[in-house]
Amino acid sequence: MAKKTIREAINEALRQEMARDPDIIIIGEDVSGGAGGSGEEDAYGGVMGVTKGLIGEFGRERVIDTPISESAIMGAAAGAATTGLRPVAELMFVDFVGVCFDQIMNQAAKFRYMFGGKARTPMVLRTMIGAGFRAAAQHSQSLYHLFTAVPGLKCVMPSNAYDAKGLMIQAIRDDDPVIFFEHKALYDIADEVPDEAYTIPFGEANFTREGDDVTIVAFSRMVHIANEVADKLAREGVSVEVLDPRTSSPLDSDSILESVEKTGRLVIVDESAARCGLAGDIAGMVAQEGFEFLRGPIRQVTVPHTPVPFAPTLEDAYIPSPAKVEAAVRQLLDSKRRRMSA
Amino acid sequence: MSLQALKVPKWGLSMEEGAVVEWHVAEGAEVGVGDELLEVETSKIANAVESPVAGRVVRIVAQPGETLAVGGLLAVIAQAGASPDAAEIDAFVADFQASFVPGGDDEGAGSSGPQTLEIDGARISYLTAGGGEATPLVLVHGFGGDANNWLFNLTELAVSRPVFALDLPGHGASTKAVGEGSVAALAEALLGFLAALKLPRVHLAGHSLGGAVALEATRRAPERVASLALLAPAGLGERINGGYLQGFIAAQSRRDMKPVLAQLFCDQALVSRDMIEDILKYKRLDGVTEALETLSAGIFPAGRQAAALRGVLEDPARPVLVIWGREDAIASPADADGLPAHVRVEVLDSVGHMPHMEAAGQVNRLLQEHLG
Repeated sequence: MAKKTIREAINEALRQEMARDPDIIIIGEDVSGGAGGSGEEDAYGGVMGVTKGLIGEFGRERVIDTPISESAIMGAAAGAATTGLRPVAELMFVDFVGVCFDQIMNQAAKFRYMFGGKARTPMVLRTMIGAGFRAAAQHSQSLYHLFTAVPGLKCVMPSNAYDAKGLMIQAIRDDDPVIFFEHKALYDIADEVPDEAYTIPFGEANFTREGDDVTIVAFSRMVHIANEVADKLAREGVSVEVLDPRTSSPLDSDSILESVEKTGRLVIVDESAARCGLAGDIAGMVAQEGFEFLRGPIRQVTVPHTPVPFAPTLEDAYIPSPAKVEAAVRQLLDSKRRRMSA
Repeated sequence: MSLQALKVPKWGLSMEEGAVVEWHVAEGAEVGVGDELLEVETSKIANAVESPVAGRVVRIVAQPGETLAVGGLLAVIAQAGASPDAAEIDAFVADFQASFVPGGDDEGAGSSGPQTLEIDGARISYLTAGGGEATPLVLVHGFGGDANNWLFNLTELAVSRPVFALDLPGHGASTKAVGEGSVAALAEALLGFLAALKLPRVHLAGHSLGGAVALEATRRAPERVASLALLAPAGLGERINGGYLQGFIAAQSRRDMKPVLAQLFCDQALVSRDMIEDILKYKRLDGVTEALETLSAGIFPAGRQAAALRGVLEDPARPVLVIWGREDAIASPADADGLPAHVRVEVLDSVGHMPHMEAAGQVNRLLQEHLG
């Protein structure tokens, strides 16, 4: 099977689905680049090249470059979706959501509910998340927790190329608004991706490592950090299980609880927020539903409660690191040894 | 060379390393060819490693819990009659480890990855290993399976002949179009595959539904089939575990799929997360659910087998081997009762519906004997 990057996997998903279904359109800033102006058409294909080549295959009617107006992009996508199109709208950086959150939160997310189930809003919002790109506080956040808090939105954050393709196709075929978070640092991560189209259901966690001693739940880029720690500790005989929920809404609580029941110890690694983020949300769920499984406190490894710093050393310190995750795992294991020797 | 390295085997294309679970023999043990020496586990499945030679285990190198790359040194065996001293063994181990390159070992990698054929516009994917002039062997998997089900058999059997394992239509990486979804349609696809590869005469080995496909292909083109090996085959009786089929088609999640797959094995611990994930990856492909539903409706209508193919076994000139697990929960070994006298029937204890996986060494030996 061919290895493809996350960038290629998403591009392939869009291309295959657009070929299958003429109702799918792409709309956003520079999703082709140069269209309609004096510049070279398809100069960009999206700021990270994810939609490159699609305008050549599907034309300007279906790959639509917009002015720099996020509220217009999201409003147009939500409206088009209710008329029967399946727009894939791009919000270049999730940080820009401030100017268009009404279209997402109060419009797209509410249509099905407020029209008594008679309206569908099959739109996908693709957006970039993540620190580590030296892009400063307004282009580096991982705001998926904001969207997860809104009923009516489905939230997807692939950590690998296989998942990226299958989740994107699922997102396009879904009849509700889906927010698809792409981490800037992961676009070149490659793994085996089938050429055929396939879908991965939402709300089904992926176990990237199996283990008995500690469970780590991690999202998006943090999955790779968790895997790195699991592999390092495996060489010392510590068996770490890593769960990638793949979607935060719906959340596969059952798999998290199943794993914690086995290990009794939980570390959550989350780039979204120190307060009211995904880590706190999952910790609360496990404390409520699985308290009797726990043999120690739940550890949350998150970003600090600050804006993402621009200074490189501070930005590096901001991101949950393998060292911090490893320390959290070791703390849980140390408390086990202390108790056993007491 | 009187000393022989026992190495981590390569089971299937994706295997890169294996972990030693436990040794069944101690240092100094006398062993025969085919004796199970130890249990090795991959992320997908565990299996026994058998002795390739008769002799004495003079050094156990890899201890339980250790993970080694494919081709890595598990133990040193002195061939019968040899009595090396400790220094010779030390030197042998040192030489091996000094020259061993993980991933650079091509042993057991006789299968070079999936190949693809276009037959009448339909894509057929297959694995192949081995070569030479002997009559080729073609392996046909069962319902919902694929060529990788033969991971413990393909390269083992390729020692003495070319071996091919195809993905039937609707399965693996082959086309998901299954036509009317009958045993006859699959048998035509199998015969088309043989024709495309220019294989005029082959041995056929089929598992479960693949057994019925092999039988039907034999009925249609008897001159092309030198012998038949049927593992827990369909086509010999009416009963089939309809609950398994429906469960397999319906399951979309790991939690739903696990109890379904557990029915395949006597030792249900063999069902690993990776095995489940591989099957889910297949089931998520566009067209698979429809293909499985069509096949199930056409081949097992109302939970019974539609194809009655016992008559194919009447010809005493064609050797037939039937292998069945006594604990098979999908198709009953009782279906092998009352077959013609020239049919060899082997029912294996403590084995479920997947004898080629669960008792791979035994099945490989039976197949080698059968093929001659």
